[in-house]
Amino acid sequence: MAEYAHPETLVSTEWVAAHSQDPDVTIVEVDVDTKAYDEGHVPGAIAWAWTTQLADTVRRDILSKEQFEQLMSASGVKPDTMLIIYGDNNNWFAAWALWQAKIYGHMDVRLMNGGRKKWLSEGRELSKEVPHPEPTRYRAKNADLTLRAYLPQVQSASSSRSAFLVDVRGPQEFTGEILAPPGLPETCQRGGHVPGARNIPWSKACNDDGTFKSADELKAIYGTEGVDSSKPVIAYCRIGERSSHTWFVLKYLLGFDKVTNYDGSWTEWGNLVGAPVERGAAASSAKG
Amino acid sequence: MQAEEFNERKLEVAGWPVNLTSYRIGTEWHCKADNVSPGAAIARAGGATREEAEQKALQRAEERLSKTRRHAI
Repeated sequence: MAEYAHPETLVSTEWVAAHSQDPDVTIVEVDVDTKAYDEGHVPGAIAWAWTTQLADTVRRDILSKEQFEQLMSASGVKPDTMLIIYGDNNNWFAAWALWQAKIYGHMDVRLMNGGRKKWLSEGRELSKEVPHPEPTRYRAKNADLTLRAYLPQVQSASSSRSAFLVDVRGPQEFTGEILAPPGLPETCQRGGHVPGARNIPWSKACNDDGTFKSADELKAIYGTEGVDSSKPVIAYCRIGERSSHTWFVLKYLLGFDKVTNYDGSWTEWGNLVGAPVERGAAASSAKG
Repeated sequence: MQAEEFNERKLEVAGWPVNLTSYRIGTEWHCKADNVSPGAAIARAGGATREEAEQKALQRAEERLSKTRRHAI
């Protein structure tokens, strides 16, 4: 059985239980549902709210370098801190936070495999105490934008097929049958997908307990859809969090070199004036 | 303190598959309803019993899911 390309980017729940009070480790919970942390969390874990602390709340953007530095400083993080991130929904927004930490060059950032769900289902200790870390003066590196895709790159990839476009949303979002996940507000004008994209839902990468599937299984999942490391890969979803999960899988578990997350995702493309959209299943030409 | 009696089950609500997770922390029961695809939390509720927490979560989930429109493709 093949190993993950970068197994050091994951820690187990057992490891976290043994290291939750380690002074060189900062544990952060990042949930889709920002109320989950208050129910009880990994002892010693702080929380980041994706809606306010992991996004520029005025511009539609990820954190600026200065905002990232402020967040890390307030969280007591130093450049050599091992940052362990976990969350609900099999680490959706935990992966989003990790992606931004990688963009700003934090050296050691890892996901807790299985996320909040695995921690709860294993009956591990929970705390309602909110830590108050000693602030630091964190200095980030300049943004590494090779990890991020912007609209022009996606337009170019779509028209020239120069990169694999991986739409990680659910099949009904991909075809255009629904404009948002069931139960969530519609945030786009049109349904469908970027021409040339293939649909590999993010959840295919996870086991029932929330952990990631084995390297062999992951390779087969993407390989079956014709996605490999022979060309750059651009992952997208609706707002960029599910695709950061897939970005993590491709980049660190399978070791693809050129993988970017298009965080503009469908809320950008699906609202563009004059942008081409494909509806229904993926066109056969997309597999080429 | 820990999550006890953790349970997950799938059911259909307003025509959509839902994953219902419930557990007890201390004396309080918690319940979360997720849409199965993509797996986003659409309702969360607490209660004194599992049944109460599930009922509240399912009611909120139904309100939200019933607003989801299917479009012709």
